[in-house]
Amino acid sequence: MTLDSLQRGRKYVIKGVNSADPVVQRLMVLGLVEGTEIELASAAIGGDPIEYRIFGNAISLRREQARQFAVSLKAEG
Amino acid sequence: MRPDPKTTRVSVERIAVRRHAAATVVVVGNPNSGKSTLFNRLTGLRQRTANYPGVTVEKHIGTVRFDDMALELVDLPGMYALSAHSLEERIAVDVLLGRMSDVRPPAGILAVLDTTNLYQGLYLLQQLLTLHLPVVVALTMSDAAQASGLRIDVEALRKRLGGVPVFPVVATTGQGVNALRHALHEIPHSTAPKLPTLWRELSDASELLAREMPVTVPRIEIERALIDHDSVFYRELVERMGEGGTARIDAIRTQLFGQDPPLASEARHRYSWVREVLAEVQQKAPAIVTWGSRISSWLNRPVPGTIGLFVVMALVFQAVFAWATPLMNAIDQGSAALGSLVAAMLPQGAVASFVSDGIIAGVGSVVVFLPQILILFLFIIVLEDSGYLARAAYLMDRVMRSVGLSGQSIIPMISSFACAVPGIMATRVIPNRRDRIATILAAPFMTCSARLPVYALLIAAFVPAQRIGWVNLQGLVLFGLYVLGIVAGLLTALLLRKTALHGPKPPFALMLPEFRRPNPRTVFIQLIGRAMIFLRRAGTVIFSVAVVVWALAYFPRSESIETELQFRVTSAETSLSGEALRSSVVVLRNQAAAAQLEQSLLGRAGKVVEPLFHPLGWDWRISAAVIAGFPAREVVVAVLGTVYAVGSEADESTLAGRLKSAAWPDGTAVFTLPMVIGLLIFYACCLQCAATLAVIRRETNSWRWPVFAWCYMTTIGYTGALIAYQIGTP
Repeated sequence: MTLDSLQRGRKYVIKGVNSADPVVQRLMVLGLVEGTEIELASAAIGGDPIEYRIFGNAISLRREQARQFAVSLKAEG
Repeated sequence: MRPDPKTTRVSVERIAVRRHAAATVVVVGNPNSGKSTLFNRLTGLRQRTANYPGVTVEKHIGTVRFDDMALELVDLPGMYALSAHSLEERIAVDVLLGRMSDVRPPAGILAVLDTTNLYQGLYLLQQLLTLHLPVVVALTMSDAAQASGLRIDVEALRKRLGGVPVFPVVATTGQGVNALRHALHEIPHSTAPKLPTLWRELSDASELLAREMPVTVPRIEIERALIDHDSVFYRELVERMGEGGTARIDAIRTQLFGQDPPLASEARHRYSWVREVLAEVQQKAPAIVTWGSRISSWLNRPVPGTIGLFVVMALVFQAVFAWATPLMNAIDQGSAALGSLVAAMLPQGAVASFVSDGIIAGVGSVVVFLPQILILFLFIIVLEDSGYLARAAYLMDRVMRSVGLSGQSIIPMISSFACAVPGIMATRVIPNRRDRIATILAAPFMTCSARLPVYALLIAAFVPAQRIGWVNLQGLVLFGLYVLGIVAGLLTALLLRKTALHGPKPPFALMLPEFRRPNPRTVFIQLIGRAMIFLRRAGTVIFSVAVVVWALAYFPRSESIETELQFRVTSAETSLSGEALRSSVVVLRNQAAAAQLEQSLLGRAGKVVEPLFHPLGWDWRISAAVIAGFPAREVVVAVLGTVYAVGSEADESTLAGRLKSAAWPDGTAVFTLPMVIGLLIFYACCLQCAATLAVIRRETNSWRWPVFAWCYMTTIGYTGALIAYQIGTP
């Protein structure tokens, strides 16, 4: 499952990053690394770009970049 | 008795530092961390803005005064990392390392961390700690953090950072700023903190390499050389290591990072440390739903957000036109009254004409639009400060992508509504070169504040002040011109991205700051700063062009016209008296003035180019004004003011009135609606701004783009005006 298919209202954790891409590396500097908790916040008209919340702050990504991040649901509790 | 050498030295120092700042402290932080607000709070109005040598990145320098000394603060552009990817980051790194020729090597760092975003703040701070300089940490927006249920254990954080002082502050109210000032005061006497262990493998490797160097190389330079593949530091290190350097570095990289790209490895390492620290020092209570968060979550939804954006834009444009009107009228009447008063006091001739028609009329007709420009700046600053501009970039990304740009282009474009020069400078945030050039060439189409005087003048004079429903027709036409500029700019970008600047679509990622209430103090300081920049331009470029144009319109004086005027006035005096005489003399004077202008240098120049502009319905006066306006479009109003004050019937004291009464030799009006619309289109599209051309040259580092932009935009403007006039005129 990748970042472009999150459900609203649930918490996820980044599990893998396709870090070979220099663009993705710049996103990693912003905090999108393995272990970061992430939630879906909203999307612009047409569903792209997508807005997420990481560590309480909002960040927006285009769908094609969101696909470079593998996520899984955060274990409850 | 011998004076104690210690006391003497101290007092000498005190005298010296009263004149010059004792040391330089660099202010570093993430974008939107409240860095500028804190900088303004610490320095007040004791600040100046210049450019770093050779580049157009702005250098903000301010002074913090203490009883016994002063410190110089350098506010660096906001950044997320010291990785030197963008020009701004490279300059920031150079300043921090003392490599920037016109900034003293810093004595310390003021690191500004947003309490509500410690995650990214601590990432940057880790890199800053490697610089081996005294560091003071300010945790801004501690009030907002508290309101949202965030608790920070300051003492624990301080320990994790190797003992650097940490101060929670609220920059907007000044809370905690005094303690911070005390800490800043101590910086020149402090030593660098002991580096906490952040990433042992990297520290060890760079320590080892540093020992091998023949000269002392700062640790941060070695670390950056290892991480940033093709950086300046990498090349310098390879050079210092001599033969086998590349292979050696490659070996160390493999050992440190394995097959992982170094930058990715750095991000993973540093953020795992950040998470560890945050788990220890940060406590989060369940989020409280605040008024602000409710509004922002509503505005973040796709449809309300987009509608909201358009409402905001429409409000700005309506306000720019409607709110400024009373003030403008007052300034207009004041300048007209001053002009005739001064003209009456001086003996008739070149000096009186120079003062009233050159200086007062010229500058007056530009200054009159200052209220509009201030309102526009005010809105842009407020939107920027409240975090709304980033939101606009996000909402507009889809649209911008359809023309081959990214949402990041929206900020330069929106800035260009005030002035294309800062707009084009702001394109530096766009990492992709093709994207950047396309944005640079689209930006001058945006309706800048210098176009407003021309628009406002022509709209006020020729568009009826009717209401259609609740919309003011004049406001509607102005809005239409803004839309025209936007459409022309976007189509230009699209065209370029499909042809000369063809390439893959650029990536896009953007931090979206929380909405926050803009701080009046910061808004005010920025507003003054931008208004001063505009006035400096108005005061120098416009004034000198206005004076030159007045001279071109005044000289050479024809003696025979003057003699004939004297003769006719004398003969009128013999046959007329009272009111009839007075009005007859006025008519004679105006005819003489018109004749003088027609044979002046400007009149002749206008006539030479008139055939070129005749198909657009322009007479030689407008042609002359257009030619004179090419170096700086805002001059056009001053030129029209001068031209018509000298050459046309002077019944109405305002320029708008003068334009309405302008006529062709056969008596038909020059300014018909199709001609005015054509003229507006011409001004909407043309690149009449020497400053913009110069900045395009500088930013693209070639003459090719400014020359192309000028020819392209002039062609579009001319064609548009031609079509409007030819279709609209029977």
